[in-house]
Amino acid sequence: MSIVAALFRRELRSYFATPVAYVFIVIFLILMGTFTFYLGGFYERGQADLSAFFNYHPWLYLFLVPAIAMRLWAEERKTGSVELLMTLPITPWQAVLGKYLAAWAFTGIALILTFPIWVTVNYLGDPDNGAILAAYVGSFLMAGGFLAIGACLSATTRNQVIAFVLTVVVCFGFLLAGFPLVLDLFSAWAPQTIVDGVASLSFLTHFANISKGVIDFRDLVYFALLIAVFLFANTIILQWKQAD
Amino acid sequence: MQPRTVTKTSARVLLMIEIDGLTKRYGQHTVVDNLSFSCSAGEVLGFLGPNGAGKSTTMKMITGFVTPNSGTASVCGHSIGEDALAARQHLGYLPEGAPCYPEMTPKSFLDFIADVRGLSGERRKARLDEVTEQLHLGPVLDQSIETLSKGFKRRVGLAQAILHDPAVLILDEPTDGLDPNQKHEVRELIRSMSADKLIVISTHILEEVEAVCSRAIIIASGRILADDTPAQLAAASRYHNAVRLTLGDDANFDEIRSALGRLGSVKETESNREQLSITAIAQPGGRAVGPWREIAERVAASNWNVASLQLEGGRLDEVFRQITKGKEA
Repeated sequence: MSIVAALFRRELRSYFATPVAYVFIVIFLILMGTFTFYLGGFYERGQADLSAFFNYHPWLYLFLVPAIAMRLWAEERKTGSVELLMTLPITPWQAVLGKYLAAWAFTGIALILTFPIWVTVNYLGDPDNGAILAAYVGSFLMAGGFLAIGACLSATTRNQVIAFVLTVVVCFGFLLAGFPLVLDLFSAWAPQTIVDGVASLSFLTHFANISKGVIDFRDLVYFALLIAVFLFANTIILQWKQAD
Repeated sequence: MQPRTVTKTSARVLLMIEIDGLTKRYGQHTVVDNLSFSCSAGEVLGFLGPNGAGKSTTMKMITGFVTPNSGTASVCGHSIGEDALAARQHLGYLPEGAPCYPEMTPKSFLDFIADVRGLSGERRKARLDEVTEQLHLGPVLDQSIETLSKGFKRRVGLAQAILHDPAVLILDEPTDGLDPNQKHEVRELIRSMSADKLIVISTHILEEVEAVCSRAIIIASGRILADDTPAQLAAASRYHNAVRLTLGDDANFDEIRSALGRLGSVKETESNREQLSITAIAQPGGRAVGPWREIAERVAASNWNVASLQLEGGRLDEVFRQITKGKEA
């Protein structure tokens, strides 16, 4: 565990050693604010809740989370430091977990820094803070899901642009898995059970429940499983690429 | 039964790297071809070969970064395939090009390595201080690695490799990119650490092999072509025991040249008129001293204007070329 902690600390510190962290956080907060107030019509709705805020999280994550995830392994491979890392006495699983948790914690920090919106809504009205907390948890889990997909795809290439584009496409697929755009790809040839299976993978459906303040055990399990599966795939890809 | 087990264990302790039938193929191309050798503590093994000979790939397989198609490698008795973590505990590795995390400072980078290596307390502090001292990293400890010169980057990479005082050190081109003074320092460091460790270095700088290595393995196309001490390898050179004369003027250059050529211990001569030098190459299989005595007596008896007389041990670069060119095709 101390090895995962060491990797975690190194990784998280390196975000803040470069402008990446600051640029990301500033852009993230500006876009969050813009979406909430202009597109979401936070004031116009006249309701003391944050749905105008949370509704845009999936779309913002679609582009911002891959930007964090793309460097996780692609950069290590590009600079060759992956050779240094993977010849230290650590297991691939520890390396994957340490790096992933650092990136996830980083998105968590960005998310926490949106607290002024929560202060605002509490100042203006009397919202259900339990529901807001639940939505924050859901948003954090969803970011973790995006990130796990991105980490896994980042391990497939040494090119960060490719990692970014692949991640956006795959995340977009997961986001809209419950919608005709994706389902039509399957309904033409696959049996109904598969179509239903794909539909149940939708980020939007699972997030919609949590963002309303309803924490369903099944939604938690969904995100936990998704993260576990992609991190497992990440270690496999890492070892497989290493054999070359 | 008992004594036999003991012998076996002690042999294990002694053999720090054992490689058996290591093979790596990329597609149709065999990069490392059925390589086997073993080495023990106290050795400094120089791994020589032209670019693309399979040196780095072999090192990557010993450290477990690359998985071989067949064959095994073990470090201090731990198979890298089956017990990679235990093997890596005993291993310090400087990958080719000394990759680091550019945004970190040497201090935070070495702290990270110490964390991962499980160093703590007094020992951690002592080791960090010692490697900082050994590699003269003091002045740059708090500067980010990307702003450092190539020499410092290489030294940070070396510091990382020796931080936990490993029994086996694998250094892929440790002096590449260093200036002559830094090269000298790194060689001194390697020599000073070699007593109780096994150090494997890859290089294509032959003077480095002569300077630090106790054993040299020449590989090309993934196969071992020679495995001997640097002195023994150099002895295979046609210049082994050759004598080089430098003249003060070229007044009787041709006369001296043909006189030397007629000596019984001299096989043939090579000359360079502009540099006023004549090299008398020894008869193969001649006396151990070669033509040295005969030439020295001849020079003493003559009135030739000889400025200097030099005995050559043999040229490693020539042997290297001969071995690798001859069998590569």
